[in-house]
Amino acid sequence: MSSSLNKEAPTISRNAVSLDRSARATLRKTLFVCGALTVMLIFIVIIAATLGSERLPLVDALRALFTGGASSGALTSTQRAILIDIRLPRILLAATVGASLAAAGASYQALLRNALAEPFLLGISNGAAVGTMVALVFFDANEWTRPVMAFAGALGATLLVYRLARGRAGASPERLILAGVIVMTFQSSVIVFITTLMDATRIRSFTFWLLGDLSQAASGSLWIAVVSTIAGVAALTFRARQLNLLMLGERDAFDLGVEVERVRLQVFLAASLLVGVSVALSGSVGYVGLVVPHLVRMSTSGDSRLTIPAAALAGASFVIVADTLARTVIAPRELPVGAITALIGAPLFIYLLKRR
Amino acid sequence: MLEARNVNINYGMRQAVVNVSLRVSPGDMTAIVGANGAGKSSLLRALNGAIQPSRGEIFLDGKPLNSYARRAIGRRIAVVTQEALLAFPVSVLEYVLGGRYPWSGPGTWGWESERDLEIAFEVLRETELDNFSARLMNELSGGERQRVVLARALATTAGILLLDEPTANLDLAHQASMLTLVREHCDERAKAAVIVTHDINLAAEFANRIVLLKSGHLIAAGNPHEVLTEELLSEVLEIKVLVDAHPLSGAPRITPAHELRR
Repeated sequence: MSSSLNKEAPTISRNAVSLDRSARATLRKTLFVCGALTVMLIFIVIIAATLGSERLPLVDALRALFTGGASSGALTSTQRAILIDIRLPRILLAATVGASLAAAGASYQALLRNALAEPFLLGISNGAAVGTMVALVFFDANEWTRPVMAFAGALGATLLVYRLARGRAGASPERLILAGVIVMTFQSSVIVFITTLMDATRIRSFTFWLLGDLSQAASGSLWIAVVSTIAGVAALTFRARQLNLLMLGERDAFDLGVEVERVRLQVFLAASLLVGVSVALSGSVGYVGLVVPHLVRMSTSGDSRLTIPAAALAGASFVIVADTLARTVIAPRELPVGAITALIGAPLFIYLLKRR
Repeated sequence: MLEARNVNINYGMRQAVVNVSLRVSPGDMTAIVGANGAGKSSLLRALNGAIQPSRGEIFLDGKPLNSYARRAIGRRIAVVTQEALLAFPVSVLEYVLGGRYPWSGPGTWGWESERDLEIAFEVLRETELDNFSARLMNELSGGERQRVVLARALATTAGILLLDEPTANLDLAHQASMLTLVREHCDERAKAAVIVTHDINLAAEFANRIVLLKSGHLIAAGNPHEVLTEELLSEVLEIKVLVDAHPLSGAPRITPAHELRR
């Protein structure tokens, strides 16, 4: 073994915590956290299923849920229909949107080394919205064009922000936020412009959609949402270790053997898929990708191998809660869920900022 | 082990490195010395592929560097650069464990193994950082962070270490202990180190090979006594210097000869 100088190292203070492993994220810790979040998610799904403009009795609703509608106890057939055909798909959509946006946000924050990187604030959600609108205005008949164009819009916005933010010395946090704001507001004006091409009746429903609207949970698009969410989150989790290294700096990651260009592209693609599909199906739900990853990071660890799957699960819960509030607070009317997430998210974000 | 053949690096019109050839063998501790802008860092960055030479090639163990996968390079060459402030809190242990990434296989979803942890702790002991493992990088002083960066490079167990101004933020004691540690790895474990440094005296004391660069050109290469002469140094550094022998080690000792204005 080598013998470094045997004299006392001239350190300023002898830190009492030696060889401490507890703060690290490990596989076991990740599985435990994800397990706990899954349990929480299940509870929230069950409770959300019973709440709404029509309140459903808990036990019968549970029985209906677990038997897939076959046995529904004391529920009337209307109640059963509400539960199985309307609420459940909507809750599932909320879960996929929350999971997608939170995981995408966590990845952007790691990749861009910026705690404020979030799909909405960076203009990526708006890019997806532009894509969706173009699909709606020009290809209305084909429903599948919406997620596809949304994905393209999200990817385009991502690349635009990235290029804009990249100065000579790399993307500083300030440049990134500035670039994001520029791209977001630019696209907002594009959205307004396209809106003027629509007729009055569509404008109203469209504006509502833009603020986040989960009521359009048609079954066909729901499966797209579920598949893309699982695929996207899996892809990001697969790259999580590289994201950890990229968080230390692109140069560091490169020197340690990370294929920076390739990983970055894959993360952008996966995140754009997640954001694109979410926006195409439910409009622009903001703050999820900011607040949820932060909460996860603060309570557990900054290790992306943990934060990405955990953020997905926590994000699903968060949006389900927000959507439940959206459809119960002024029942039978509905608020856009994006308004709720902003109302919860913005103060929470300010609080987080002050804690730093 | 590592060889640069006729390497040229151009940044647009500017020629940073001009036709430099360099060979690094096991046991060598090579110091690249020169004035600011002499091309030292550019040359160093080319050695692990971070910069592509405009002309010429780098060879690792006889094969062109570009034929290796990035991870394969990461297993063989480790880099110590100036530490940077981090955007997110990272503990010293996690930072050092990053050095095990080149060895991670597709197997365990990228989680560190017991062996990885053992190596990390071993390296923390070697660099006298064992009490720091749970501390956050941003809480440490610049010098302490620099040692952690070295620890991470050692954790890769790479045979070649590239160090860019590793002692810039360190006090005298830590400068000595860091370079002594690197020297030991070269001597006892047949590793090779290439160090870019402004501190010529440290270079003279610890390196067994010196490379002098001026404006991208290789002026001289050889052992310290051959290369660190008053003539060569005055030309390369553009300042008059006096060279005598260190009273204890006999290594060349360089003192600038300032022309005092009265």
